[in-house]
Amino acid sequence: MNCKITRRQLFKGGGVAVASLSMAAGLGFDLQATASAVKELRIKNVKGIPTVCPYCGSGCGLLVYSERDASGKFIKLLSVEGDPDNPINQGKACAKGSSMFNLREIYDPETGKQMINPKRVQKPMYRAPGSEKWEEKEWDWMLDKIAEKVKDTRDSSFIHKEKIADGSEIIVNRTEKIASIGGSPLDNEECYVLTKMMRSLGVVYLETQARLCHSPSVGGLAPSFGRGVMTNHMIDMRNTDCALVMGSNIAENHPMGMKWLLHARENRGAKIIAVDPRYTRTAAVADLYAPMRSGTDIAFLGGMVKYIIDNGLYLKDYVVNYTNAAMLIKDEYDFKDGLFVGYNSEKRSYDTTNWDYKYDASGTIAKDETLQDPHCVFQLMKKHYSRYDIDTVCRITGTPKNKYLEVLKTFCATGAANKTGTICYAMGITQHTVGSQNIRAFAVVQLLLGNIGRAGGGINALRGENNVQGATDMALLYHYIPGYISSPTSSAANKDLLSFVKAVTPGAAKLPATTMDEFRNAVKAGIPYSGWKVNTSKWVVSLLKAWYGDAAHKDNGFAYDYLPKRTATKDYSHMPMFEAMYKGEIDGLFVNGTNPVVGGPDANKEQEALTKLKWAVVIDLWLHETADFWTYQAWERPTKNDNVKTLSPKDINTEVFFLPAAAVYEKEGTAASTGRWVQFRWKGADPVGESKADLWIYNELEKRIKKLYATSTRVEDEPITKLTWNYDEHPGAEEPDVLKVANELCGFNVADGKPVEGFAKLADDGSTACGCWVYCGATTWKDGKFLYKTQLRQKEDPSGLGLYPNWSWAWPMNRRIVYNRCSVQPDGVTPWPGDEKRRLVWWDPTKPADATKPDVLGTWAGVDVPDFIKGNGPASPAFKDPFIMLPEGKGVLFASSKGAMKEGPFPEHYEPWESPLEPIINKQSMNPATKVIQPDKHGKSDKYPIIATTFRLVEHWQTGALTRNLPWLAELMPNMFVELSEELAREKGIENGQNTIISTPRGDIEAIACVTKRWKPFILDGRTVHQIGMPWQFGFKGYATGDPANRLTPIVGDANTMIPEYKAWLCDIRRA
Amino acid sequence: MARLKTNLYDVSKCTACRGCLIACKDSNQLPAVMEPFKGNYSTHEDTNGNTYTIMRFIEHEDPVDGVRWNFLKWQCMHCLDPECMKVCPKNAYTKTEWGATLHDEAKCIGCQYCSYACPFEIPKYRKHTDTVTKCTLCVERVEEGLKPACARTCPSGALTFGYRDELLQQAEARVKFLRANGFPRATIYGKVELGGTNKIYVLTDTPDKFNLPVDPKVSANTWVWQDWVRPYAGWLIPLALAGSAVSFVTTRLLADKNDDHSKGGHE
Repeated sequence: MNCKITRRQLFKGGGVAVASLSMAAGLGFDLQATASAVKELRIKNVKGIPTVCPYCGSGCGLLVYSERDASGKFIKLLSVEGDPDNPINQGKACAKGSSMFNLREIYDPETGKQMINPKRVQKPMYRAPGSEKWEEKEWDWMLDKIAEKVKDTRDSSFIHKEKIADGSEIIVNRTEKIASIGGSPLDNEECYVLTKMMRSLGVVYLETQARLCHSPSVGGLAPSFGRGVMTNHMIDMRNTDCALVMGSNIAENHPMGMKWLLHARENRGAKIIAVDPRYTRTAAVADLYAPMRSGTDIAFLGGMVKYIIDNGLYLKDYVVNYTNAAMLIKDEYDFKDGLFVGYNSEKRSYDTTNWDYKYDASGTIAKDETLQDPHCVFQLMKKHYSRYDIDTVCRITGTPKNKYLEVLKTFCATGAANKTGTICYAMGITQHTVGSQNIRAFAVVQLLLGNIGRAGGGINALRGENNVQGATDMALLYHYIPGYISSPTSSAANKDLLSFVKAVTPGAAKLPATTMDEFRNAVKAGIPYSGWKVNTSKWVVSLLKAWYGDAAHKDNGFAYDYLPKRTATKDYSHMPMFEAMYKGEIDGLFVNGTNPVVGGPDANKEQEALTKLKWAVVIDLWLHETADFWTYQAWERPTKNDNVKTLSPKDINTEVFFLPAAAVYEKEGTAASTGRWVQFRWKGADPVGESKADLWIYNELEKRIKKLYATSTRVEDEPITKLTWNYDEHPGAEEPDVLKVANELCGFNVADGKPVEGFAKLADDGSTACGCWVYCGATTWKDGKFLYKTQLRQKEDPSGLGLYPNWSWAWPMNRRIVYNRCSVQPDGVTPWPGDEKRRLVWWDPTKPADATKPDVLGTWAGVDVPDFIKGNGPASPAFKDPFIMLPEGKGVLFASSKGAMKEGPFPEHYEPWESPLEPIINKQSMNPATKVIQPDKHGKSDKYPIIATTFRLVEHWQTGALTRNLPWLAELMPNMFVELSEELAREKGIENGQNTIISTPRGDIEAIACVTKRWKPFILDGRTVHQIGMPWQFGFKGYATGDPANRLTPIVGDANTMIPEYKAWLCDIRRA
Repeated sequence: MARLKTNLYDVSKCTACRGCLIACKDSNQLPAVMEPFKGNYSTHEDTNGNTYTIMRFIEHEDPVDGVRWNFLKWQCMHCLDPECMKVCPKNAYTKTEWGATLHDEAKCIGCQYCSYACPFEIPKYRKHTDTVTKCTLCVERVEEGLKPACARTCPSGALTFGYRDELLQQAEARVKFLRANGFPRATIYGKVELGGTNKIYVLTDTPDKFNLPVDPKVSANTWVWQDWVRPYAGWLIPLALAGSAVSFVTTRLLADKNDDHSKGGHE
């Protein structure tokens, strides 16, 4: 738009404004002049098209305003702003959400003229081996070439059958030469076709960003409650009485969560507590801030457990009835010097046999509801945490004692029956060698205080990517298949369908069934301690029907053989994947909207690993650092370090295929927010240049791969040739139909192709097909039409609690707060005293649970969808078992061998891998179950005395690819920096704004000093230790640049999930 | 007098997410202005021709409160009696009936005298339009019954928009609450300063803790310009102001006589 037009509009607009201002005569102002300065509102009479923000997982709605011609054809963007109808953000947007216009278009800094963001790639690009440049190519050329690469690599490395331990041979159908990473910024439908495509190829190196951000959330929450999800949702934070924000900088990384916490503070006097090593933007608005050294969360929370028990602050009826506190544990269970019974120091692992319950003669778990038996979980827990007294805790954490006490007092007050408290956390908790146990410690605290399954309570895992929840649900992770079912392994226990369903159904392993029919009957008869997962076979068979259609039938075990079987003892997660790549064991890699050259641990090494690939396919909006890893720029370093190689393009023979992807509002699909709300996003603009939706890309690629295999009759190619793949809008169409994918993903009846109305209706006889059972129920057939409930936009909230049942759809089965059985007392009817308004569900003895059986009265009802089996009334033995996904039905204080944690049934404090401290509370330094991958790159405190951590900024998102290329965001945070205390700056002679060099054994980086009062040295066990922090979101590409902090972070992981320990390591800092 | 409409900005609720800054750029079609990071989160130390509003990040520490990190959204205060309007030689400034101080770029010749006269030095020169620019209180949005872009996007509720008299009442209640709840020096800014501004701040501490002038003053030169120079701008300026701090202004004004501004052909 040029100024001429602006001025003409200005006058046109002026005329209208003058008329409306006629009332204002006699004001002493020249109204004619006023009006002529008023521009016409650009978005007047323009309908905004709803989408969902592509950044953090809050799920904020945005409206895309565009200029279109008379025929409706898109011309250009006008503005993108918050969607006022979306109840999550109510029209609000933080810096990132507000910058969405820049994702596609920008204003030229010289002329102010609107133009396409020049960083967007508009054509497919190819980089030949050893080449110094990108070449533009046609889509057909690229996709054909990639399909050929995939086929060649797969065929030359494919393992069809393999000998297993017992000497027999089983079909494994896998390749370990192709890997795929990323996917979390994609839509669900895209993640689904990606997971399906990769698994049909036999890919087992399959990972997504979840591994690096929230894998411990599943690792800690699922064993505690049954599901690895945020228990409540964003809006529910407004119902809380107290929020403990720990390991999260919610004001920056989930501003909409902060909005609802502030709402709770303004409207119900809630308290906000920030616990963080650094005084953050969250701390600035919190009621209480307590500093804590990175990596000491379990000490901090262990002290809280002790405080709750010692002071009798737990909600007793809740603890006795809804947790496993009363259950008795085997006499052999023991804990000594920081080790639980069963430790094998050579293997660095536990035999968990003795972390089990005691059973009585009838096979039921023995209990003492008085909680007095010394072997009951409650007493064992009391004993375990007796060592975590306030003085000891503060010696470890460095928290000032008065602040710690204030936190304990404030948060533990939510143990009162009429109070609920929430815990909000993110990467500060997960990215540790004890990440999963950190979350277990939250679970113990929240179960004791009676805060789970209640409005305003919960453990709110704040997801950092708009659809990382969905990518996790779709199983873009190697260790399970869609819907959180363990992925099959190359073992006798997984050799065929029957063995597999026995192995993955809790309590079914030893069933005598020899056929699926017998198995089905055994399930029908009931398997003790199996929970809702007793239905697993239905989910498995429906998945196979979705993927293999008619080729999956009763006689071939529903084509179970087609699924790739990984090696049971091998770890295929992110870090081992890059280790394998580094060793040259992987030939081809798909990079789907992810950027490990900035985001991976020991990023120097990950970057070098990429050079060992034969080919890489990078799908993104921008040529980010991972796409450009072979350029000269990528190998520039501030100093020379023997551990870091310097390469140049001619040394690097990786062929790179860059496929330009459409931005979030240039396509259609759904995203699952952190609170599990699956929201539809409509298309508000055309893709830039030749860029294409990821769904289109995968659809085209798989069609080409299938074509290459079309004539094959080889049995090992059947996983591809028999794969169902019918997503085109119509035969011969250019575009795939997102609703076709949705129908398969959410489940349909094989007979008529119509949606299955919920996962309770899935079957294991081949009559239903469903790609991911947890999404079953999101589709329905209404008024003769297919309805995707994710598109629902009704704003009513009858509960008054912000549940908005008809706004989008939440999995499972539209339950907004999971485990909501806990929101009423054990009798199923009475609300917790003084907490009537927050009651979510209740037992209604007057109504039938099943409309087809009107005389059987009694059902669960409520303002939320009951997370309970509807007909389970007072007569049912499971009536007081709110955690339906767990074998024992109770919230887990003690993680028994049923869902064993790698390092013990109770969370115990261990130091980070790199720590300046000798162990204080036990005799173990680091997590005894974690395996060290790179001992030679271990930083010791004599050479590297400073603790370091990484963090994120509201202005940037993850690796920065989607923000550092946006001028408006780059402007606000233009360069890499490091935050350090005034004390440390003085000691090192560093001044604010100066360049510094930070060193570790993994490498060195440059960063601008931000000397601040917000960091204070810690007093640990009587001595002063400094900690510094830096954002990890910078790289050498984009408008905002700087060295990636992850060039410093270690390759060492959480024992359960192998998330890297990004958040606590050692370094040194000096003036550059 | 019509009822004034304005923003209330309550720093006690602000999380400095800076959504307002970008919403402002989106709504006003402003390009980014890249400057290097200098050790403070507030990359821009002041507003500029393409940045109508910034966020200040100010750290304080004392033995009682410990560390405090004060955030302040900064932009044109839309003074009730604006100096910019008084001094503009081309009458580019006007006041809307509801209190926005509006600047007409079509009339502006980029002389920048308003910048010198403004007690907060808010209007800034922009090269590509050869004009000064500043916050418009999103007049085109407000005239259509919408909120200004910044208030519309503010997630935390720190920024609200409404009638000034009502917002002042809210601000007073809020200050009372804050004083009783850990912020004994909480105060309102913009109620009396410069005779009142059409942006109201609730501060958790004294204005100096937010780098705000405690008692903002109008430049002593202003009256000279307003009463003597401007009426005779066409011919008196070179005589009155040659060689002074505002000679730049006069040069621009003279240049204007000969260039194409008046023809509207300037791009």
